[in-house]
Amino acid sequence: MFDFFDIIRSNWELFLIGQYPHGPVGGLACTLMLSVLALLIAFPVSILLAIARISHYRWLRYPLTCWVYIVRGVPLIMFIFWTYFLVPLLIGHNISAFMTMLCTLVLYQSAYISEVIRGGIEAISKGQSEASRALGIGYFRNLWYIILPQALYNSLPSLVSQFIGIIKETTLGYIINLQEMTFAANQVNNQLLTKPFQVYAILALTYFVLCYGLTQVAEALERRIERKRRNKGDMTAATCAVSAAARE
Amino acid sequence: MSTHFDLRPILSGEYGEHILEGLKVTLQMAVITWVLAMLLALILVSIRLSGNVYGRRFVAVYVAYHRNVPTLVQFLLWYFAIPSLLPDSMQAWLADFGYEFVFAVIALSLCEAAFFSEDLRSGLRAVPDGQMEASRSLGMGYIRSVRYIVMPQAIRNCLPSLVNHSVTLFKNTSLAMAIGLSELTYATREVENYTYRTFEVYLVATVTYLVISLALMGAGALLARRYRIEKAR
Repeated sequence: MFDFFDIIRSNWELFLIGQYPHGPVGGLACTLMLSVLALLIAFPVSILLAIARISHYRWLRYPLTCWVYIVRGVPLIMFIFWTYFLVPLLIGHNISAFMTMLCTLVLYQSAYISEVIRGGIEAISKGQSEASRALGIGYFRNLWYIILPQALYNSLPSLVSQFIGIIKETTLGYIINLQEMTFAANQVNNQLLTKPFQVYAILALTYFVLCYGLTQVAEALERRIERKRRNKGDMTAATCAVSAAARE
Repeated sequence: MSTHFDLRPILSGEYGEHILEGLKVTLQMAVITWVLAMLLALILVSIRLSGNVYGRRFVAVYVAYHRNVPTLVQFLLWYFAIPSLLPDSMQAWLADFGYEFVFAVIALSLCEAAFFSEDLRSGLRAVPDGQMEASRSLGMGYIRSVRYIVMPQAIRNCLPSLVNHSVTLFKNTSLAMAIGLSELTYATREVENYTYRTFEVYLVATVTYLVISLALMGAGALLARRYRIEKAR
């Protein structure tokens, strides 16, 4: 039982920041950096994807729908291999494992997040758009001031869930030797050799605490949004439309 | 990397066979895992819906663990950590049986069972209690009520998410390559190392995965049509 604390005490630096002063940032810090960056880049891309997927232009809608289906049907590992192989060909020089993972996660998650946002947009009643168009607000201003604020707010809990998904997916960096937390645990395990159960239990527990905390955040957000919607009803939408019209 | 696009060396001869062998392992693993996960999910959901407080808590913890720990970590935990706790004779027996395959199936089915059980639970919860009560008061037995009244409605409610998670299960079989199971992704990697025809090999594997996933989604859509909502109420 005390093995756990021994292992943590003698290896906590490797778990937290990898070999940082003597090498790249690794461990939990790398996992978190990678997930946050991936979310921040994938988010705007996914909004554009979602808007394109509900647009009236077929040449925009069809290829992107295909793309989303491809992402949904092919394992993430295959995408990592493709990025590893194609991006150096495109830009002419090799990229680090971190950049490979980042590119892959942005490509992969932007498709998933776009589905979430599209769901959010489609859940907003048609009357909203019609009302704002009737008030003389243009297509993009309608999206930007009326539809997206409501859609994004409503899809906030799912966005947090997607963030949890990203954190879980960064573990695949282990396969291309990115020195994130799973890789660090593997290093520790290779040094100790005799205590695999303790090492991997620590790893699993760390992920569990991180992701479970975020799950609770998502659920709290969901309850809050639910409450707000019940209290205000469609009033919010009406005030939104009016204030946007006032800005004209 | 060779300059000419040519699929023939990949699809025929020993490399073709190697990839096909990998595909076979992937499919075997997917099917066995799906069946085990579904059985386990049914057990979990019946424990959860039974009145027992401890049972309910156990299932809640089980689901929280499997949803919040990355699947790859679960694979590593089962493959590297659990065998070290087993007695030697058992380890030897498992090694004969094909270590990687057994643990990959165990890890993935335990993990996906958590997702399936949540899907089933939300599907069942959406069926009003009155349905069960009405069918029981009409003289139907418990099993018959579940079979004909509750289940059709529950399946209709949770079919989309069950199909999604089945596709996820299929995609996650590729994670078994991390513990050295020679399924499709692993075989792809190996053939790529032998031939250096990176583009062609990846293309073949990607298209294979995509076709099977799309087939699953299509089958799900067909099933959903059978259970369409207009038949209700």
